[in-house]
Amino acid sequence: MIEFLQYHLPVLLIAIPLIAAPLAVLLSNRYIVQSLALAVCWTTFGLAIWMVAIVNQSGPVSYELGGWAPPYGIEYRVDQLNSFVMMFVSGLGAMVLTYSPYSLKAEIPLSQHYLFYPMYLLCMTGLMGMCVTGDLFNVFVFLEISSLSTYALISLGRTRRAPLAAFQYLIMGTIGATFLLIGIGLLYQMTGTLNMADIAEQLEAQRLVNDGQWAGSRTMLVAFAFLTVGLCIKMAVFPLHTWLPNAYAYAPSVVTAFVAATATKVSVYAFIRVVFGIFTPQFAFELLPLDTALWSFSLVGIFLASIAAIFQQDVKRRLAYSSIAQIGYMLLGISMADVDGLSAGIVHMFNHALIKGGLFMVVGCFVLRLGSVQMDDWKGAGRTMPWTSFAWVLGGLGLIGVPVTCGFISKWLLLTSAIHNELYPVAILMLISSLLAVVYVWQIVEVLYFEEPSEKAKHATEVPPLMLLTTYTVVGANIVFGVWTTYSAGLATKAAKALLEGGSL
Amino acid sequence: MDSFPIIRVVTKLIIPYILLFGFYVQFHGDFGPGGGFQAGVILASALILYGLVFGLPAVKTVAPPKLIEKLIALGVLIYAGTGVVTMLAGKATHTGEHELTSRTVANFLDYGALDHHFLPGFLPHGQHLGIFVVEFGVGITVTAVMTMIFYCFAGRNPHANGQSNQQSEAKA
Repeated sequence: MIEFLQYHLPVLLIAIPLIAAPLAVLLSNRYIVQSLALAVCWTTFGLAIWMVAIVNQSGPVSYELGGWAPPYGIEYRVDQLNSFVMMFVSGLGAMVLTYSPYSLKAEIPLSQHYLFYPMYLLCMTGLMGMCVTGDLFNVFVFLEISSLSTYALISLGRTRRAPLAAFQYLIMGTIGATFLLIGIGLLYQMTGTLNMADIAEQLEAQRLVNDGQWAGSRTMLVAFAFLTVGLCIKMAVFPLHTWLPNAYAYAPSVVTAFVAATATKVSVYAFIRVVFGIFTPQFAFELLPLDTALWSFSLVGIFLASIAAIFQQDVKRRLAYSSIAQIGYMLLGISMADVDGLSAGIVHMFNHALIKGGLFMVVGCFVLRLGSVQMDDWKGAGRTMPWTSFAWVLGGLGLIGVPVTCGFISKWLLLTSAIHNELYPVAILMLISSLLAVVYVWQIVEVLYFEEPSEKAKHATEVPPLMLLTTYTVVGANIVFGVWTTYSAGLATKAAKALLEGGSL
Repeated sequence: MDSFPIIRVVTKLIIPYILLFGFYVQFHGDFGPGGGFQAGVILASALILYGLVFGLPAVKTVAPPKLIEKLIALGVLIYAGTGVVTMLAGKATHTGEHELTSRTVANFLDYGALDHHFLPGFLPHGQHLGIFVVEFGVGITVTAVMTMIFYCFAGRNPHANGQSNQQSEAKA
């Protein structure tokens, strides 16, 4: 039995949440559906951890869907990188869902709960699927599954602006997905295959035939441009970020916590896969100046988004702008294209998932008791909700990148890499940008602890233990992975090495 | 539409043929052009036509929204469930002598594992049965989704503002 499960592991990670989603609609009893979703999320997380263990012990795992051999059939291929991403995506998914019941009851009409869980499970299916698959077209399909369910989840928000925000995201997201599809189509036209490893091989073969020149390079350039821009929209990289603040601000708190922790990270993963797995770093960084483009956009994005965050009175919106800035750090790491930089990018996906997931969970706690995300209403809540407020402090320290938190680990790796590559201005600007994070985190701390309590804060009580426990688990993981990096930075470095050595898609 | 007897009569005449054609496209899909998606759209078009001519309440008694919602999920479940059945059927026939590979054991959605397991002689088997069941699931979901989209658009009261929408949601 164990052997059987182990063999089918790559597909089980997708199939279990995929089957649970329609099952939840059919059952439609709120309590049954809730327990089903919880069980499924934790099972998936368990399987994902198992997957990481297998991959790190015996190398990449391949699974032929339907028994059709690649490159003709769809191949699921799990290596160090995507097993790592799947682990934290499913982990955060399970954690946020455990945290969710009270917050959901307060923010979503009871009659819609049984529809919330299937959407959540489908979103997870899509995100996990984008990671697990080795087939480029399949990436697009799963991207659509996750995006469509995210739109639905966002539109569940309490205010009437939520559907509008979801619609805005739908327009931008669809443009992004279409660009991705055009890119995939062009690549398919060039190589006649959709399997990512096979595309890479075909491109290399065509290059060798042409004496090392990139053959048919115009098609390849256009394909690359479409794929990059499409994924940049999904990642919310600076000039293409406009959908994100509204989507995060108006979605229900639970949805924001889940989406902020996972969705953009998976797009970053897909971006890494496309750049390093299909187009080689030589093509992207030597023939084309993708590295310069990436780090300039990232730095501008980090500064502008952080400054924008400082001026937000709405805490969710503030964190949303901070998310745009943090995506900049990941891309900065990727643009270095060496082991340190890339592993900084990868580990920051993990760390930022923990930090932002944790912080949005804290926001959810405040929303439950104060019923507001405006800073004015949060005044003095530190006295009536001491534990929740302290969780904000811990999470905030991680966001700033104070030593002993995981934010420090990623920034340290990034700095090392920048200095290695002699990009001193980048290194200095990066450090200055951390100060901006101090400002936008500290403003909230000040409001919580050093202001006279507002009317709402006076009557607030501490949130239920379940919410505190889960919030603290995620926020505490910030600290744990800031000290003990074997399974965060360690795994990320392994993944980065495997990617840069090439061929091992 | 009460004042257009021709439309009403013709609609009543046409609908059975639309449905029949839908089923033909669905079940002939394994031999010729067709399949679940096309069939689903055709079947839904019969319901939508009925709704357009006889009004939303009439079509909602034929296909209640609650049922349609369940059908959306059921189709997906049939598709994904086929994958699980193939996996389990593959496990049942696996003797344990060989290492587990895609040659010795059936993977997710490997229809080959459905050989002669279910009602042999009556149902097709193997790849044929697999594609048959999966397309059936697709057909159900597409029919239901198309109908649901129609309900959503048609059920929207253009004069109602968001406030009353929320109130009716709260009542539901």
